[in-house]
Amino acid sequence: MSNSPLLEVVNLRKSFATLEVLKGVDFTILPQELVFIIGPSGSGKSTMLRCCNLLEEPTAGSVLFKGQEISKPNVDIDTIRQHIGMVFQSFNLYPHMTALQNITLALRKVKKIPTSESQDRAMSALEQVGLAEKHDSHPNQLSGGQQQRVAIARSIAMEPDVMLFDEPTSALDPELVGGVLNVMHKLRNDGMTMIVVSHEMRFAQEAADRVLFVDGGLIIEQNTPEEIFNNPQNQRTREFLSRVSDH
Amino acid sequence: MDLELLRFNFFNIDSVINVYPLILKGLWMTIKLCLLVGPIGFISGMTLAGVYSLHIRSLNWFLMVYVDFFRSVPPLVLLIYVYYGLPFFGIEIPAFLAVLISFTLNSSSYYGEVVRAGIESIPAGQMEAARSSGLSRTQAMIYVILPQALRNVAPDLISNTVELIKATSIASVVALPELLRMARVGQDLEYNATPLVAAALIYLIMLWPVVRLLSRLERRMMSSH
Amino acid sequence: MDAFAEEFLNWEVMVKYFPDIVAGLWVTMGLALMVIVSGLILGLVLAVIRAFQIRPINLLIIAFVDIFRSLPPLVIIILLYFSIPMFGLNWSGFICSWIALSLVLASFVEEIYWAGITSVHKGQWEAARSTGLSFFETLIYVVLPQVIRMTIPPLTNRTIVIAKNTALASVVAVQEMLTVAQTSLAYAANSSPLTLAALGYLMMFLPLVILSRYIESRFAWKR
Ligand SMILES: Nc1ncnc2c1ncn2[C@@H]1O[C@H](COP(=O)(O)OP(=O)(O)O)[C@@H](O)[C@H]1O
Ligand SMILES: [Mg+2]
Repeated sequence: MSNSPLLEVVNLRKSFATLEVLKGVDFTILPQELVFIIGPSGSGKSTMLRCCNLLEEPTAGSVLFKGQEISKPNVDIDTIRQHIGMVFQSFNLYPHMTALQNITLALRKVKKIPTSESQDRAMSALEQVGLAEKHDSHPNQLSGGQQQRVAIARSIAMEPDVMLFDEPTSALDPELVGGVLNVMHKLRNDGMTMIVVSHEMRFAQEAADRVLFVDGGLIIEQNTPEEIFNNPQNQRTREFLSRVSDH
Repeated sequence: MDLELLRFNFFNIDSVINVYPLILKGLWMTIKLCLLVGPIGFISGMTLAGVYSLHIRSLNWFLMVYVDFFRSVPPLVLLIYVYYGLPFFGIEIPAFLAVLISFTLNSSSYYGEVVRAGIESIPAGQMEAARSSGLSRTQAMIYVILPQALRNVAPDLISNTVELIKATSIASVVALPELLRMARVGQDLEYNATPLVAAALIYLIMLWPVVRLLSRLERRMMSSH
Repeated sequence: MDAFAEEFLNWEVMVKYFPDIVAGLWVTMGLALMVIVSGLILGLVLAVIRAFQIRPINLLIIAFVDIFRSLPPLVIIILLYFSIPMFGLNWSGFICSWIALSLVLASFVEEIYWAGITSVHKGQWEAARSTGLSFFETLIYVVLPQVIRMTIPPLTNRTIVIAKNTALASVVAVQEMLTVAQTSLAYAANSSPLTLAALGYLMMFLPLVILSRYIESRFAWKR
């Protein structure tokens, strides 16, 4: 395992009009790490994640991917983004395409892989998430959990270096959460680098290498899951964790 | 291209000054026409839709044929049929009445379609709730269903009305002295296209704000689909 | 009743003027098809340009679209027909009607597509962009296919309304079906040619109106 960081965020700030959402955030992601981000709603977790692939443009600070500063204006962001997968809370599958077409679109148009080969790759991605038999279904014929697994397959088919997950299970009925988490577990075991924003604390304890606690646009505390959950150092972390464990 | 010639022919203040009484007379006629045809068309359309909602099979079939027929024939064809066709049959009618008849047939069909769609967009539970509280069918229609239905299709109703106002310009073909007709008379008198430009500007001033409003409404409607 | 038939459904008159009306029908159909094709294409192109959100260009598009939706088509046709010689051009009534109606249709089509584009959920853009698709590729492969589907009902309705306006070309001496019917009516002193023309319009547009009814129920995007 090489130790040069895959992703580095340095003094990241982001404001929407007058609202300062990120107030100077620094973190580093090493290859094959699974980093969990927790924190209250509205604390800036999604914004942090979306700055990593420039869906949001940072107001100040920089984002480095494999040592290259990608937050500079003249970077061709489309070529970078194919190496950074993203999975959304609301799946965002393309409703007019089948599961297979959802996956092959970027393979064909961005990676310029010929149609038949991209179909093979899409099928194997669908197999990884256990939905090969649904390749011909449209999103509205799939359950929420299945849709999210297809969305994950859409990302992994691009063979990204790192994947960003923004609350991938929050929109799902409880009984569908497990299937998605299983897929994420498998990905982690295969050595995928992952940054996960989620409230699934059990999953964090089992799978995360590190947990960042975010509040008010700042990283308040970061540590191994054991330390964060059993021995939180900061008052705000303790309060947050006690509130979540009430549920 | 000669700019001075262009100005002289299209933006000639003198010729507007000469013919503005004509233009105003035309505008007044257009307004009268709209104030008459609009409400008549709208009310007949609502009536058609109300009858349709009774779901009487044979009647609905007839209504559908009526509506589709008048949506298929261009309004100008209808107007010419009424104005030039009927006299051969011994029925001589003035241009104004011919316009009124053909426009009512046409616009009631369009309004009818819109209101019908509006009524069908209201869940059946609304009628059931109203009827179970003792309202008659007609009362439920008037006080419960129609207000919601009309609100749901407000953009289409406004759009229909804009189309109707614009369509009154075809009355110029049967020499009814409305805005476009008077502008063309002015154009012939002055040997100059400025009166026509003036009429266009008047249409623009009347309808542009409504068209702008419509854009907003339609976008909002589609976003909440 | 006999007098009615004699006047409006006179077999002899109909047979006599049938070939002329059919010739007019072809002109009407040609004009309508040309208007539909160029109007739909131009409207789509304008909406795509507008999606790039370049302010001065957008203002121009909005102004164009608003003007052509506010003016009566007949006013536009007549204005174009009388002004075009001033620019040293010698366009026929047919060309003027084609251009005028195409611009009108394009304006409505642009508005409909644009409303569709703005109504596609932001997440669709983000998902596509996060896989590395460019703005334009996202528009073409992800957004527009959804837009076209949900805008089919309003597009069909609008297209029918404007295609019917080809009858207005009769005012600028185009030998389309209504013009021919009116001339024949004068010669024959009988309304039957108009009946034929009305049948011609029904033949052209009734199937479309019925189709639009079917589409409306299939693709219902309204509420
Ligand atoms: N596009 C935006 N425009 C304005 N405010 C935004 C936007 N996106 C997020 N915000 C605001 O930024 C804050 C942080 O949002 P977010 O990063 O989504 O928080 P989290 O994911 O932790 O719940 C919130 O107050 C939210 O309202
Ligand atoms: Mg969030």
